[in-house]
Order: sequence, then C-alpha cells, then structure tokens
Amino acid sequence: MGRKNRGQSPPRQAAAAAAPADGEAGSSSLQAQAEAVKEPTPPITVMYCAVCSFPLEYCEFGSSLTRCKEWLKEENEELYNKYYSEEALQAKIGTLSLEAQTKLEKDTAKKEAKAEAKADAALKKKLASTVTIKRIERTKRKHVTAIHGLEAFSIDLKKAAKQLAGRFATGASVTKNAQGLDEIVVQGDVSDEVLEILEKGEGVLKGVPIDNVQIVEDKKKKAES
Amino acid sequence: MFKKFSPATDIAGHTPVKTSVQRQIRAAVLSQWKIEPETLEAVWPKKEGLVHVKCREHVSVYTVNSEPVFFQHFDGPFYPTLRLLHKYPYILPKVQVDRGAIRFLLAGAHMMCPGLTSQGGRLPPAEEAIPAEQVVAIHAENKEHAVGVGLTKLSTEDMKKINKGVAVETAAYLGDDLWAHQKL
Repeated sequence: MGRKNRGQSPPRQAAAAAAPADGEAGSSSLQAQAEAVKEPTPPITVMYCAVCSFPLEYCEFGSSLTRCKEWLKEENEELYNKYYSEEALQAKIGTLSLEAQTKLEKDTAKKEAKAEAKADAALKKKLASTVTIKRIERTKRKHVTAIHGLEAFSIDLKKAAKQLAGRFATGASVTKNAQGLDEIVVQGDVSDEVLEILEKGEGVLKGVPIDNVQIVEDKKKKAES
Repeated sequence: MFKKFSPATDIAGHTPVKTSVQRQIRAAVLSQWKIEPETLEAVWPKKEGLVHVKCREHVSVYTVNSEPVFFQHFDGPFYPTLRLLHKYPYILPKVQVDRGAIRFLLAGAHMMCPGLTSQGGRLPPAEEAIPAEQVVAIHAENKEHAVGVGLTKLSTEDMKKINKGVAVETAAYLGDDLWAHQKL
C-alpha cells in the first residue's frame, strides 16, 4: 500500500479534504471505505473579524467599521479587496437608492461615534475604579480579609478566590457584601500578601494598576468591647 | 431571546444532563436538523457530557465544554447557535432576507414577510415549502453566512400569499448577547 501511495500522493492530498472516499478507492480496503462513510463532514471555518467578532462580510453593519477595515487590511489584503474594493462597493450601492445609501452611511457613522464614546466611558470607569483590601477583625486576634472591586478589571472572582485559597491554604469564598456586591473573603489577615500578589499579577489576578489598590482596616465597634 | 442577556444575572445554574435525557436530546436534534449522526458526534462527542445552563424565562442553553451548542425555549425545538450554524450551514432550511432588513435583524427584530418576498429575499420554491413553526437559518442578500436563527410563524407559501406581518421570529442573531459570550 505504501509504494502505491507514494506515486499517488499529490492527487490524494488534494482530494482528501473534499472526499476521502475517492483516494481510498484505489487501495480498495473495506475497512478504509467503512471509515470514509462514517467520516463526519468537516466544519466550514468562518473567518471572524478580530475587532467586532462578526464574520468579515458583516463588519459593515457593526459599530466599528473603520477599525475593522484597518485590521483586515493588515491581516489579509486579499480579503480586504474582496469586501472593500471600489468594485465591491459599487456593486453594493447598485442595489440601493442614493437616498437610502446616504442615510445608511450617516447611521453607520453615528453608530460608530456612539460605540466609541461608550468604549471611552468604560475605559475611564475602569481606570477610576479602585480595589479595596479590607482587614476585618473577627475576634481580638483573628481577622478575615475582604477584597472588593476586582470584577472591574475583568477578573473572574471565583477563580481568583480559588487561587487565593490555594495560595494561603485557607478558606476563600465569593460572597455578597452589605451593598449586594460580590467580594472575595479570605480567612486570616493576608492583606499585605494580597497586595503583593496584585502587584506581581500572579495567575488570574492580572491587570490591576497598583495605584488603585487601597488597604483599609475595619475594626469592630468600640461599643461592643 | 438573547437581546439582553448577562450571565451574571440571567443564569440560574449549570447542571450536567443525565445520560438518559442526553439520549433523548440527541434523538430530537437528529430528527429536527438535517445533520448526520457522525457530524453531531464531532460537535458533541458522546463522552463529553452536556451541560444544561438554565436561564430566565424558560430558556435553556446546552453547552459542551462550556461552549454553547444549542438552545431551547420551554420544550420547543432546538436552535443551533450561530457559531455552530456557520460551521455546518446545511443543517437547517434557509430563508433569505433582503439587504434592507439586515440592519433591523442585527437589532433583534423579527423578520417580516416583505423582507423575504422582495427581490433580495428568497424563499424556497413551492415543492420545498417550509411549514410554520420550523427552525430556519436566516441568510442575507449577497452574504455567504447566516445572520440569524429563527422560527417560522407562517408556512413559506403563506408568506408569499399574505405578505404581511411577522414571518420569522428571530431567536438568535449576529451580535446578540449569546453571540458575545463564547463560553458560558
């Protein structure tokens, strides 16, 4: 079989993707044919835009067309020409009236501006948000550490809690605080260590600017003691 | 269905599906879609357990390896997710809307009859008519890939005749929140 195939190999490779049965017919082994019948249809790979996540042809309906275009031009010139060359654009316009075309263009521009403003606002919010590491006294010499505000930096709280639990060999959980917001509570006073971890960006605890982290101490009310 | 959907608030829980139920689902999917058992096996291997992600308003998403594969409303038909549909476009019957409708479809609107019957739209001929309440892939004029998944509200012949009102109810579309979350 090996010798036979050596001669045939170039056409087989080409045919293999389309229909494996064709190439196999020459060697005519029953098993191979049975396999060919059962072979699942290979999926079509669709190229998605890295900017707006749509299939390339739908970028024009997204809210970041200019950036999509730039990205595609760098990524794959050929496809860029397919979708955005003069002829392609002309063909598109042909199906629409001029009025509708200008309206569509206006809409797209507006949408783009809106999306940009939104992204800006989100970024600003992210930069402004702070992470607080709070040391809460439980009894006189036992503490828990509550870390709040990590989700603003797109950190998965559950994973982060798990990591911290493993790291300190203590319990760590995600709980809702009094305001109904999620925070990580770690047993023991580990605030300085947590700060260090955030500074280094260990594991999932990445991307937090250290200036935004504060350490707060929360003592039990004096009246109780 | 997924116009406003955020995993943090809308997901009630993840539960692995019992194998007996998985068998039922597999049979249902095979009967509802035009998919070969082998291809389904490639998408959803028997060894990989299906996870049922329960969402509000009786929407259930089923995931394999935490990637959504199909979803369902109450115990209605199974809709493939768009990403799956892009990979295997032949599993659902197709309808096509004209270019003017894409904008509205991407905003989550249901598809109206005129968008399908106009010049840019396309419905299957009479001999391959799609009955009402059938899951369809919504394609668009001059585009290669599907933009949405929907449920026909009228049979395609009725769409041509009545030519008014909702023809296809959009279940998922490009850019909705299910699309945005590749993992659940």
